[in-house]
This record gives sequence, structure tokens and C-alpha cells, in this order.
Amino acid sequence: MALGIRAARARSRLRTSTARVTSAVGAVALAVTVAACGHGGSSGSGSASGGGAKDGFTQATQTSGPLTVWVDSTRVPAAQAYAKAHPNVKLNIVTYDGDANGSGTLQTKVDLYDRTGNGWPDVVFSAENNEASWAQPAGFTAPLSKGLIPDSVLNNFSSGALAPCTVDGTVYCLRNDLAPTLLWYNAPLMKKWGYQVPTTWAQYEQIGQEVARQHPGYIVGAAGDTFTPEIFMWASQCQANDITGIRAVTVNVTSSNCTRMASLLDTLITDKSMSKLSAFSSAFDKQEKGKVLMVPAPVWFAGAVFNSPSGLNTPKGQIAAAPMPQWPGSATPATGDVGGGTWLMSAHSAHLTEAVNFIEWVTTDNAYQADLAPGLPAYAPAATAWLAGQQKSGYFANDIAPVVQQVSGQVWSGWGYGKFSQEAIWASTVTPGITAGKSIVSMLPAWQTAISNYATAAGYQVCH
Amino acid sequence: MTSATTGSARARARRAPWRAVGAGHAFVAGYVILLVAFGLVPVGYGIYFAFTNADNYFAGFSNFVQSAKDFRYVPALEHIGVYLVIWLIALVVLVTGLALVLHQLPVRRLGGLVRFFYYIPGALAGAASVLVWLFMLDPTVSPASSFLHLLGYGTFGQVIAPGHLAVLFAMIAFWTGAGGWIVVMYGALNNIPHDIMEAARIDGAGAWRIARYIQIPMLRKWIVYMVILAFATGAQLFVEPQLVSEASMGVAGRDYSPNQLAYDFAFQNNNVNYAAAISVELLVVSLVVAAIFVTRSRFFDAN
Repeated sequence: MALGIRAARARSRLRTSTARVTSAVGAVALAVTVAACGHGGSSGSGSASGGGAKDGFTQATQTSGPLTVWVDSTRVPAAQAYAKAHPNVKLNIVTYDGDANGSGTLQTKVDLYDRTGNGWPDVVFSAENNEASWAQPAGFTAPLSKGLIPDSVLNNFSSGALAPCTVDGTVYCLRNDLAPTLLWYNAPLMKKWGYQVPTTWAQYEQIGQEVARQHPGYIVGAAGDTFTPEIFMWASQCQANDITGIRAVTVNVTSSNCTRMASLLDTLITDKSMSKLSAFSSAFDKQEKGKVLMVPAPVWFAGAVFNSPSGLNTPKGQIAAAPMPQWPGSATPATGDVGGGTWLMSAHSAHLTEAVNFIEWVTTDNAYQADLAPGLPAYAPAATAWLAGQQKSGYFANDIAPVVQQVSGQVWSGWGYGKFSQEAIWASTVTPGITAGKSIVSMLPAWQTAISNYATAAGYQVCH
Repeated sequence: MTSATTGSARARARRAPWRAVGAGHAFVAGYVILLVAFGLVPVGYGIYFAFTNADNYFAGFSNFVQSAKDFRYVPALEHIGVYLVIWLIALVVLVTGLALVLHQLPVRRLGGLVRFFYYIPGALAGAASVLVWLFMLDPTVSPASSFLHLLGYGTFGQVIAPGHLAVLFAMIAFWTGAGGWIVVMYGALNNIPHDIMEAARIDGAGAWRIARYIQIPMLRKWIVYMVILAFATGAQLFVEPQLVSEASMGVAGRDYSPNQLAYDFAFQNNNVNYAAAISVELLVVSLVVAAIFVTRSRFFDAN
């Protein structure tokens, strides 16, 4: 709920912890002299302000012509819905990989267009939520909160939804959907076997161990995906990705907040009630169909994995939602977040009016967000309508709307949205070890090193 | 009159070699234009980038020093080194071996058929043939899944374990690239004068001794030629690890080769200068290796 307030509180708490500030190891000869290990404060690469700039940036000469929109294949219906609702607007819809899994396609192309001086799309959808971290300094994204999009619209986004889009208080993209993690479970099976839905991680672990003994073959989670750290480590408030300034990150993954979750995963992986497979692998669909008792996962798992013919294809009336389990002693409930795409608008666009119209419509209008969108809309009024629609489908075994709304406000703010991909780092550093049977606890130092290395390479000052 | 005729005849005689030379120039021009446009100009541009900084000022060797200090640099060199050793040895031994076997096939039509099969994979475009392997290596969907299970690999993740990558990439590269070379070697074998082979056979040499003492020595230049080109392409390894990386969602193959590192520098860290420095290093290494092979093997000797 009060994500913004909690973020502000966390920030002031961290600013006072001077021990953190002094431990500026690693990033040795960086020219950046910002006191980067404390939160906030950095002024960054100042957005265009003075001059004859309008809406907070220097605008290109406006011309008429088709609006070029880049979307991933999942978002093609969004662009088509816009075209249908606006028959007089000419759209040039281009499908690309959506930057999924941190592929970096968008940045690659934008770098090339920056060199040639033309070719930028007017509006882009990205499946990643950290694009603003490079696209703002690169001057690609137009500031939206300085006149282009009215505050009345921006304020209607769910609390915290625009955090990944915000650089120095200015919004540079609009969030398409939210992806807070929660606990999906098979309600009839839990009831049949007499398990209570766990509210703490201890209870969760215990059920996992019992399932391994009493119902071998069934699983209570999956740890083979690139977003595994965002489900488990983020929810455990592990300080792996604490973005403290525009180019500063604090990484400390050997603390108890990280080891407690790592050893829980190790226990259940050893017991085989935690799958080592990616939920998007063909092997997972084959082995785990009908064998998922519980799985901590993002909201979009319902559509992408359970209720999907190419996924587990779980019949209706089985899948139910519960809030993420919690660790004892944490002041506020915490959960993770897996993606949630963003819409960016090019600051180079020669069709700004149409681009603004498109980006606003596609993120807020019920005709797409409530009726067609596969994920939980980031725009609150559309989210309410979307959840009502989900419930009406009769697929779920309980009312997921209050659960989803609850976890939407519980995303822990200590995990930021940096330029380097945490998913890619985990995938190349930890996942091969899990596959080879190493314990996650034993790999935490290697994970720490890898995050520090990639963050440094991306120009971040790294603190421990 | 007569002098005029002889004059024009002399002129024609003088012009004739010119016409021949002109035709030669015309033939070469096509290649030269492409070489300049897609070879020399990009190389020059790359060298310019390698020695300048982001503000286009001369930077000396700092791009080389700084990119070499990156944490991914040394591992990438190790990877490419192991890969090149495996791949080049496999290429030389198997291509020569298979070409010799092909040459020995008694039935002419069978030879043509086998040659065709060798060549098919090479006809697939690079990326497409790697995609074929992504299916081959996933035990859930692979036609060779029982073989993979026999080796103890039940999931794609187990197949693409970090230790397997060099061998896997060498296998993919061999499969896509070797067929063309086998056909080239076969052609070279056909060029070996028949009387030499005949003489050896009369002297009592078997297939093995003919191969060892006549065919392989006479193939030497072709083998050297293959190694030079294969080294250059191998050092530029990119498509195989990049596609495996995307298919495994980054589990294996990320930043595996120097070329990938250059790509990441250019397009993820927005540092074209480091990327150019690594590319120039690859170019220099390939040129040096080529020079060593050419001089040591007397590649351009007419005899």
C-alpha cells in the first residue's frame, strides 16, 4: 500500500547508517565523487531544463506521419486495440523481443540510432522494468511528468508502480503491469492432504519437507528460473540490489537475510520438493504437470504457467492465491517483484502528440488493460476492473483480488532497478551450480562477487 | 596505305594485352570494392575507435589496458583458447580423414551422395544451424534424447554445464562448417596426379601409406589454408554462445568469447572504444597466426 512512504522511511534510515557509507571498497578509481553509499542525494545527469525546452526536454521538429510502435509479441494486441479505437491514426507496429530476460535489444538499437541520428521508435514496450536507468541518461526517454502526462493520470498508478520509471523525481516511463510475488497453491490438494496455507517461511519449509516424505514427486516451488532471486531473495529482504543512487549500489548477500532463504532453498532442493527446473522449460511441463502443490511466484504465473495450454494447463477450480509467507520479526510484510513491463516514449519523436496519446491510452484504458492485458495492470482503476474480470472467469479456487491488491503494496523497496540485470547474473552464476548439485549457501560469495563485477562494469560504485 | 594498315595492326597488337589486363581489372574490381567497403573501411573505423576515447580524443593504448582489466576479459581468452584447440584439432583430423575416406569410396554414386550429405549443414545459415542444435541438446525434445540420457543428462541445464561448453561449441561449429571443407579437400585430392598414386600403388603402398606419404603432404597447403581461415572464424566465435545464452536465458554462454565481450561493451555498457580495442586485438592475433602459418608452410611457393 504505502510503498512510497516506506521507501522514504527506508531511505532516511539508511542515510543515518554511516558505517555503510565508509565502506566504499571495490569501486576504487571511479570519478564519481557522490557519497554514493548512502541513499538519495545524488543530483545525477540533470535533465534538460532551461532554454526553449518544452515539457522538460528539447523537442524535435514535429511532423506528420505514422507512429512507430515497438512491442513484444504479447503486446501486439495492445497496439492493435489502439489502432481499432483510433482508426484515423496510422500505426507502424514493429515486433521485437521486448528486451525479455535482459537481452538488451532496445539499448543496442538505441545506441545505433544515437550514432546515426535517426531511426528511433516513437513508443516502445519493454518487458524489463529497469530501462529508465540507462534510457534516461542516454537521453532516449522523454520526461512524462513535466507536462506531457497530467498528474491526475500519474497519481492513479498503484503506489510504487512508477518507482522503476522515476529518476530524480521525474517519471520517464509508464508501467504496463505489476508483478508482485505471492503464494499460488492447489486448494483442493492442500485440503485433501490436511495442510494449512503457510503464513511463515518456517511453516512453508516444514510443509515442503513433509511433502517430500509423504508425497514424493510433488513440489512446493521452483528455483530454476532466472527470476528465482526476485521471488525468494527479494521477498527475504536480501540486500543484493540496493540501488542507493543513480550509479551506486550496495551489495551484501552473505547477511542472515540472504542465508536464511538460501538454506531454506537448499533444504527443499535436497528433499526434491523444490524443482531445479525453469518453469518455462519443456522438462518442467512434462515432469510437474499436476504435481504443483504450492509455488511462490509472480501474479502473472496464473496466466503464463497454470492456465496456459503450453504450460501446466491446470484445470479450473484448483489454483488459489495467498500472500507470500513471511519471516518472523520483520516489521512489515515483504514480497518480491518479477518484471512488470514499461512503456517508453522517445524524446526524439516527431509525433509527440500521438505518442503521448498512445502511451496514455495503452496503460490506462480499460479496452486494453482490463479486457485484454495478460498481467495485473499498473494503473489502479484498470487493475480493479482486471481483477474483477479474472475472478469472473471462474478459474480460481478463491478470491484472488484482495490477495493481489495486498501483495501489490508489499513489494520490498530495498531492491532497486539498476542498469545491470540481476536475472542474468543469477542465471550465469548460481543456476549452473544448482543444476550441478551445489548448495546455494556455498555460492553466495560467488554471487556477491558477480553482482559487484557486473555493477562495476555498468559504471556503478559498489558498496558492501 | 600499307604503312597505315601495319600501323593499325601494331596498335591492335599493343592494345590486345591491355584489353586482357582491363578485363582482369574489371574482374578484380568487384572484389576490391567489397573489400574496401566491408573490410578495409570498417577495420580503419575500428582502429580509429580503438585509439580514441568517447570524446574522439587520442587515447593511446588506454582502451586496450582498461578493457583487459575487465573481469570478463581473461576468462573469455581462456574460453576461446580451449575452444580453438579443440576445434582446430578436430577440424584438421576429421576433415582430412573424412575427405580421404570419401576419396577411397569405390562406388562413384555413393561418393556423390555422401559428399552431398556432408555439405547440407553448411548450406544452412549460421544462426539457423545453431538453432537446430538447441533442440538436439535439450533431452526433452531431442531426437538423440536416449543418447543424452545414457550419458546421464536429463535436462538442458545439465547438458550445457559450464565445463561442456567448449566441446559443444566445437561440435556445433564442426557440424556447420566442416562439410564445405571436406568437399574442398576432396577436390584437392582429385587434383593429385594419377601417375604418382599409380606409381605408389605399383611400389606396393596400401591406402594408409598412400595417404600418409603422398596425399596428406600434397594436401598441406589446403590444410594450412583451412587452418588460417578456421582460426580467424574460430577466434571470432559469437553466434554459438550468444544463441545458447539466449536459449538458456543466460545460464550458459554469456560473455563466453572475446567477441561477445566486445558486443557487450558496445551495446550494454555503451563503450564502443573498448569494443573496438578487443576487435583490433582479434584482428592482430589472426593476422599474426596467418603470417606464421604462411611463412612456415611456404604457402606461396610455386612448387
